[in-house]
Amino acid sequence: MDFEPSEAQLRFRTEIRQFLAELPPATSAAVHDSGTLHSWSVHRAMAERGWLKAAWPVEQGGQGRDPFEMATLNEEFARAGIPVEGWLISELVAKTLQIVGTEQQRREVIPAILGGETLMCLGYSEPDSGSDVAAARTRATRDGDGWVIDGQKMFTTMAHEASHVFLLARTDPDVPKHRGLTMFLVPLDAPGVEVRPVHTLGGERTNATFYERVRVPDSARVGEVDGGWDVMMVALAFERQPAAAGHLLHLVDRAVAWARTPDASGRAPIERPEVRACLARACTDLEVSRLMGYRMTWLTSRDVLPHTQGSLAKLFSSEALMRAASSFMDVAGADGLLAGHGTEAPADGWIEHEFRHSVVTTIYAGTSEIQRGIIAERHLGLPRAQPRRANA
Amino acid sequence: MIDFSLSTEQLDLRAGLTALFADHSTPARVRAAEPLGFDPALWAVLTDFGFPHLAGSRDGAPAGLAELVVAAQAAGACLASVPLVETLVATRLLDRLGRTGTDLVTFAPRPAIGGIARTVPWAAVADRVIAWDEGRLVVSGPGHDVTTPKQTLAGLALGHVDLTGATPLADGPDAPELFDEALADWRVLTAAGLVGIGTAGLHLGVEYAKTRHQFGQPIGAFQALAHQLADAATLVDGAELLVLEAAWAADTGSARRLGLAAMACTFAGRAARRATDRSLHAHGGYGYTLEYDIQLYFRRAKALGLLSDAAGGDGAATEAVVALALADTDEGRP
Repeated sequence: MDFEPSEAQLRFRTEIRQFLAELPPATSAAVHDSGTLHSWSVHRAMAERGWLKAAWPVEQGGQGRDPFEMATLNEEFARAGIPVEGWLISELVAKTLQIVGTEQQRREVIPAILGGETLMCLGYSEPDSGSDVAAARTRATRDGDGWVIDGQKMFTTMAHEASHVFLLARTDPDVPKHRGLTMFLVPLDAPGVEVRPVHTLGGERTNATFYERVRVPDSARVGEVDGGWDVMMVALAFERQPAAAGHLLHLVDRAVAWARTPDASGRAPIERPEVRACLARACTDLEVSRLMGYRMTWLTSRDVLPHTQGSLAKLFSSEALMRAASSFMDVAGADGLLAGHGTEAPADGWIEHEFRHSVVTTIYAGTSEIQRGIIAERHLGLPRAQPRRANA
Repeated sequence: MIDFSLSTEQLDLRAGLTALFADHSTPARVRAAEPLGFDPALWAVLTDFGFPHLAGSRDGAPAGLAELVVAAQAAGACLASVPLVETLVATRLLDRLGRTGTDLVTFAPRPAIGGIARTVPWAAVADRVIAWDEGRLVVSGPGHDVTTPKQTLAGLALGHVDLTGATPLADGPDAPELFDEALADWRVLTAAGLVGIGTAGLHLGVEYAKTRHQFGQPIGAFQALAHQLADAATLVDGAELLVLEAAWAADTGSARRLGLAAMACTFAGRAARRATDRSLHAHGGYGYTLEYDIQLYFRRAKALGLLSDAAGGDGAATEAVVALALADTDEGRP
């Protein structure tokens, strides 16, 4: 049992903090205000340092950093409020291609991702299938040597910046839903693809994407025909580290700074007992969120896929983030209504921002209900929930 | 390097004590020890095992909190009716002062008010009581004035102790730190006990929900029930991680140890109360009857939760956590 970061982690952390300290001061606010939680300048600067492929083996041009160093990279960017979702999604596609992709995909797509030239986005959700992702109806039909794709995806975040969408399509409608799916890597500049913005409560831009007779060669297929669900399982395993823990870290740091600064009355909020109680609760939840995240990293470092541990971490940290943001709003009182970065809003607007943003963390990457279902079944061993039959 | 695996010592102790408590702290024994809540025969077995002196240097290298939390958790899981946590705290405290005690010494986590230490766990059966009284760490007894309440929620041999005539253990500038360290030990070990209570209490509800059928299926298949148990399990899991970190911080002398102890205790108190409450609810009407064991866990979790909230005085846990939060922020998160 040991809770001390490794020497390698501490060295890397110093390097990352140096990098973040040298970014223009308004970078975080600007990236959030733009609505696109991706900064190409930060992304390219990360690429220059080799950080986009930091986790990859040295013999493949990477830095061979261990899972703890990678966790530190995520945590430090989160703490500084610099979103790296574009990189994380692209990297998980790269890691998935490394395992299930063809030689050609590995050779052509992975270097472009890791070099910081292109981004990927995920095309799983549809207007009528979210949690029940295997119910996807977007069709891919064989057409000579290639495929024709027709349908619609929802919440295709980053599609307006990405070069490809990692798209789950139905290739056989006549078999049980999980067995008739195939994964494709579809270029977003292909004729027939349309990207429409969808604006969100958290200020983030996501997209609806439309596919009308989009032709792709068979080389765009990832994994076996009708083997899309297996590819999804590989990709999902890389998506488990919950982002909410990072958002909570950022929020708590900002809230502590706010609480120590005298407000209009001349008193620092931290002098009020309800503010101290709120801070104590949020800091305790943050400690638990970080521990649950470190446990996932530790399991990964031992080549164990964190499964129920991932659900425990995701459920706890996202619910804790929502609770913390809402409680900080409550103790900020009517001043909590003030919004915007670089304004008079408490904590430079981050409390109000996170109050609106945090709700999505309990929804994306498996809703809290999906996580509770996994915990009930696989952690507690409760029987699987059955839909009630008519007349039962 | 961060490592969540338990040591051989921890695993051996867990296996040994789990077997011991399964034999000597059955639900029947827990009931028989009520209403006082003390089982002298079980205590004799534990003192034979080496408790509480294995926490001190009398018999060689003392066990660290990393091992002691494993013991406290195993005891909590079987609702052991013995002053395990408090005697371990007293042993560690006396050891820091270069002393050993041979009699049963308990520890009052809540500071005395007006010369009276109230609701002190195990004061009704202890020979001596260590308490914090107006800036002094004192030891009272034997033969002191202890009032035993007629009825309590969950035993724990509570007593109110009149500290008149108590002997100072420390009254110099080092006294507050000695109390804070002992209080932190109490918090971490009590948190471990609460994790044991929460885990075992929740397990009862989960097993019941697997076998109880309504509307043609096990009630555990209903999401309305399963999701409440999943939420409780998440809290108990988080509490266990916090306890391990807090124990490690104490053993390594980390500057974060006092704050982590307060976090662990508050969080585990919340988790155990929620877990036993939801588990009792899952039992339906049977959970309300005395013949089912869940009520034992429900009462014990609440009792230790309340003692945890009062430990160190009103708002003390919040202050310890806020102090850690400020230090963490100042130091750029260690």
